[in-house]
Amino acid sequence: MNSYLEASARQRIAALFDAGSFEEFVPPSQRVVSPHLGQLGAPVSFDDGVIVGRATLHGMPVFAAAQEGGFMGGAVGEVHGAKLVGMLKRAIGEQAQAVILLLESGGVRLHEANAGLIAVSEVMRAVLDVRAAGIPVVVLIGGSNGCFGGMGIVARCANAVVMSEEGRLGMSGPEVIETANGVEEFDSRDRALVWRTTGGKHRYLLGDCQKIVADDIVAFRNAALEMAQACRKQPVELTLQALEAEQRMLAHRLQAYGEQPDALQIWHSMGIPDAAAVPMLDTDEFNRLAAQHRQGAA
Amino acid sequence: MDWKTLAAQLFPQGHDIVEKDCFLSGSASVDGQTVAVIGTAEHTPIGVEIALAQAQAVLKTVREHPGRPIVILVDTQGQRLRRRDEMLGINSYMAHLGKCIDLARRAGHKVIGLVYDQALSGGFITSGLMADACYALPDAAIRVMALPAMARITKVPEEKLVELAKSNPVFAPGAENYLRMGGVEAIWRGDLAAQLAQALAAGEPVDRRSETGLARGGRRLAHPVVQAVVAGTDARAP
Repeated sequence: MNSYLEASARQRIAALFDAGSFEEFVPPSQRVVSPHLGQLGAPVSFDDGVIVGRATLHGMPVFAAAQEGGFMGGAVGEVHGAKLVGMLKRAIGEQAQAVILLLESGGVRLHEANAGLIAVSEVMRAVLDVRAAGIPVVVLIGGSNGCFGGMGIVARCANAVVMSEEGRLGMSGPEVIETANGVEEFDSRDRALVWRTTGGKHRYLLGDCQKIVADDIVAFRNAALEMAQACRKQPVELTLQALEAEQRMLAHRLQAYGEQPDALQIWHSMGIPDAAAVPMLDTDEFNRLAAQHRQGAA
Repeated sequence: MDWKTLAAQLFPQGHDIVEKDCFLSGSASVDGQTVAVIGTAEHTPIGVEIALAQAQAVLKTVREHPGRPIVILVDTQGQRLRRRDEMLGINSYMAHLGKCIDLARRAGHKVIGLVYDQALSGGFITSGLMADACYALPDAAIRVMALPAMARITKVPEEKLVELAKSNPVFAPGAENYLRMGGVEAIWRGDLAAQLAQALAAGEPVDRRSETGLARGGRRLAHPVVQAVVAGTDARAP
């Protein structure tokens, strides 16, 4: 096992794609750094916390990006966002077979707040441009910072999301909610609560994640290929039919689970008899159980 | 500005917009053409319900009125900060709204956003910022976070942020800063109805915000970096 959680973005790229196949665009040697962090006395990174390029995945030509959680939590600034947008545009121009996004981010980088917010919306639109060009976008989430804020929205603009149990996907992190509305609202130190609210298993059961894997880069690698191939067998672009189905799924979720106080009750409502045991199951056991209960993916 | 005052100025030829729990929907007449209107009011936080309601209205427009322009009226304090919303997957509800707007654009609907009061982070990114072009009223408060909170999180003294904000639009709230960075196409003063009609005529489906941000001097690196990645050139080259 080669932990995805503990690897850096560069280690993930190296192990996820075919050996030696990754070619980086605007690499650190070009030293394109944030124009804003220096003014605030904050450190810069020569890749601005994101690696973009092209590679092959089991021989399939793909474009890819990996956010580095170790640099400002993977947050999106002006350069970081522009690298993502540029890669997505080039993927269309070069007719990539798929785009694989290794997301780990707290969302907009507050040090360059306004530029980061606009950048994330440009990334959203560029992801949907890629899909409109018939190229599937697959998101992988398994880093310790999770995938939050605007990048949590970007993740759900993709065709498929792959997560590990350790991965987290949401909008506002537990610390933000605790700061805004108190520890009674969300105790960010209650790790079990945090994971069953935004973690991989809950997201998979709800239908916001299409595949759950063990915390292993090879498992992510195989899942990325499997999802890219599966996505190419159905309409890749947004359709009215698919969005109406998603509307029904989200409306049903609100109606069925909107009054439940905790994910444990949601899982119980899905028909899982021993909901309290779910967090303890290993990936294989969980997948067997979830197959009978999880909500339809959109 | 409250939404009724805005709607009267924006749609002098008439509208049937109704508000329900801060969710705005209806239709209006602009230059003799019917447009669909969706939006939010009273700085409401965007939770799962109101995101889904807006998405439903967009899908209904696409299904029942092909090609009808869509006007999005933005007034929100941002995403709702509740554990329940996170548990239900609020990011999926917001992404769904963004995707519905994108579908409408690709199906030939012109989509115009207008920030008439507040616009914050998550509530803005899947509404006004997903439009073909987003406009703002002069007093609109657009921001990710207020400077005191930003100072706490970034550990940069607030006085320094205030000072830097004078020369760099990246830090400070305000419609003017978003204008300089290309996130806002123009700020509307005076005859709102005429400017809306012009915006609907001008709306185009291509995202040119990084070019605009460069031309206006508010985001000098975004567009060159995009271009360097696309062309495979060195981003530092002139």
